[in-house]
Amino acid sequence: MWLRIFAILFKEIKQLSRDRMTFGMIVMIPLVQLMLFGYAINTDVRHLPAGLVDLNNSSYSRALVQAVAASQVVDFTKHYASPHEAEAAITRGEIKAVLYLPADFGHRLVTHRDNSGRGKYFVQPVGQWLVDGSDTMVASAIKGLRQMPLDEVMGRSARQVRSNLEVVLYFNPEQRTVVNIVPGLLGVILTMTMVLFTSAAIVREREQGNMEFLITTPVRPLELMLGKIAPYILVGFIQVGIILGTGHWLFGVPVRGGLDSLALASLLFIFASLTLGLVISTIAKTQLQAMQMTVFVLLPSILLSGFMFPYEAMPNAAQWIAEGLPATHYMRMVRAVVLRDAEVVQLRFDALWLIGFTCLGLLIATLKFRKRLD
Amino acid sequence: MTQHELAIETQGMTRTFGSLKAVNEVDLAIPRGTIYGFLGPNGCGKSTSIRMLTGLLRPSHGDIKVLGKTLPGAEEALRLRIGYMTQKFSLYDNLSVVENLIFVANIYGLAGKKAKARIQELLKLYDLEGQETQMAGSMSGGQKQRLALAAATLHKPELLFLDEPTSAVDPENRREFWERLFDLCSVGTTILVSTHYMDEAERCHGLAILEQGEKRADGSPQDLMQQMDARVVEVAGEGLRALKQQLTTEPNVLSAAQIGSRLRVLVKKQIKEPLTWLTPKVGQRILTEVRPSLEDVFVTCTGGRHVA
Repeated sequence: MWLRIFAILFKEIKQLSRDRMTFGMIVMIPLVQLMLFGYAINTDVRHLPAGLVDLNNSSYSRALVQAVAASQVVDFTKHYASPHEAEAAITRGEIKAVLYLPADFGHRLVTHRDNSGRGKYFVQPVGQWLVDGSDTMVASAIKGLRQMPLDEVMGRSARQVRSNLEVVLYFNPEQRTVVNIVPGLLGVILTMTMVLFTSAAIVREREQGNMEFLITTPVRPLELMLGKIAPYILVGFIQVGIILGTGHWLFGVPVRGGLDSLALASLLFIFASLTLGLVISTIAKTQLQAMQMTVFVLLPSILLSGFMFPYEAMPNAAQWIAEGLPATHYMRMVRAVVLRDAEVVQLRFDALWLIGFTCLGLLIATLKFRKRLD
Repeated sequence: MTQHELAIETQGMTRTFGSLKAVNEVDLAIPRGTIYGFLGPNGCGKSTSIRMLTGLLRPSHGDIKVLGKTLPGAEEALRLRIGYMTQKFSLYDNLSVVENLIFVANIYGLAGKKAKARIQELLKLYDLEGQETQMAGSMSGGQKQRLALAAATLHKPELLFLDEPTSAVDPENRREFWERLFDLCSVGTTILVSTHYMDEAERCHGLAILEQGEKRADGSPQDLMQQMDARVVEVAGEGLRALKQQLTTEPNVLSAAQIGSRLRVLVKKQIKEPLTWLTPKVGQRILTEVRPSLEDVFVTCTGGRHVA
């Protein structure tokens, strides 16, 4: 039995090492994705193109515009004569938001200060933001500009605004998105490459006609499966190394947890992804079908696993689907280990889930794989 | 085990794909130690039959016994005793000759020195020495075929299936290949080979002519030629194309095919005197009755449907 597993394993490694394209993908996919996601995904919204309708045009209004621009959230790229013109510009997509300061801005500024100081219920706003609210990230970034320090605008000493509750940010005090993205990227990239490689592995043998010979030999399905996935465990670890290493050097993502916990969590996830690929390969008839099924798994793994959006914020149904994906469990574990220095023991539910998934997957793949052509 | 025991025995072997009967009620009795041929055009059920006999496909109905074991059921037990060379090259293009053979040896449980010795033996036997490190994908058709045969016989099977083994091979290599088959046969290996070449079929000890999934005839090539249901007359002369058109409309003419400057006419056996019967039809041309060839047998069996 072992002889046959090793025979298949060595054959796979030799074929893999001669397949330059695949070999390149093993290294390039994590690198390119890391660059893309690391630089592109940023929830700190900055430099939104914005328009200005300043009907007051006083030193006060200019001071407010300057204060807003200093936040760097918006760049005032255009000036409009009326709110209608500005609205049309939003519709055309030229700008994301418009700051409208009415002609009586100076008057409003004064009454606003006086009234809010006396605790009146209705306080007239001094101006208005008109926002393209279709992108919620943009909308909430502009919402952050609702409170401007009007005292400073008027050149008076500012009243201290006190928060009621103090916030202490653990693990990512600078609030850098990339710190959360890079460990999550491990889950996405491993899902992509592991599932893709193994799902193609058996289908390729079938497509190229090798399978017809192989199934007339004494090789057993389980031996074939194990020999096929074993080389990719190494591939998976190479990718984990590339992502965390580059993430650390390029983006300063800390690796706080123990490498043993990280390796164990990754191993479990690699196993789960590989068996998922095997199950796909026993269903798919062609490599194209295998690829399509991989994408079918990959998309929810990116969108629902907690990589992009917080798991807790999703509706219940989506959470159930997410629970069924190995990526969700790994995402939880790897963020816990890398960012919060957790141990695998503390994450045993997710670890056990991945083990269960692997066993079930291997069982299904072995049972579904028939040494027959019909 | 005696030499006369049957290696393959089937009764009513049938396989349908949907409404298509790929193999229909085929009875076979193939003695051990012989080379047996499946002769037939493409799509006649040769490959499907071989796949059923190797346990790759289950028969829709019918009984199959291979080396005394019943199929389906004994596939795994038979794996070590049978070898199979697929129609399409099924070893790995991006592995070298030796790597492919080592892989196959390991799969059959042969490792280390034993495997090395056996592989050396095969390299020598199949004239692959000096090409050990060449990638299988870059070899010629004949070399690939010899490598595939080496892989299929590595574990010294008692029964060897070859599915159109010479379709991508030049005539000289084909001769050589058949010499190797007779070598294997002489040490007791039973060989079942499918082909659509008449000259190859003629080399077999026994033969089954398959057409549209059915067995039309079987026996040794000599017997088949002697017991043929038609007689062969060759016509020499002018205007053979027109004559051919005219003769093929005759219900008693099975086929008329031009061979060089002669027209080979198959006349049904119920015509007692084919020469006298044909003379008024061919005018001034010269008639000679000749011995039937295997191709004539094939044409007779298949009713002339596959040879124009």
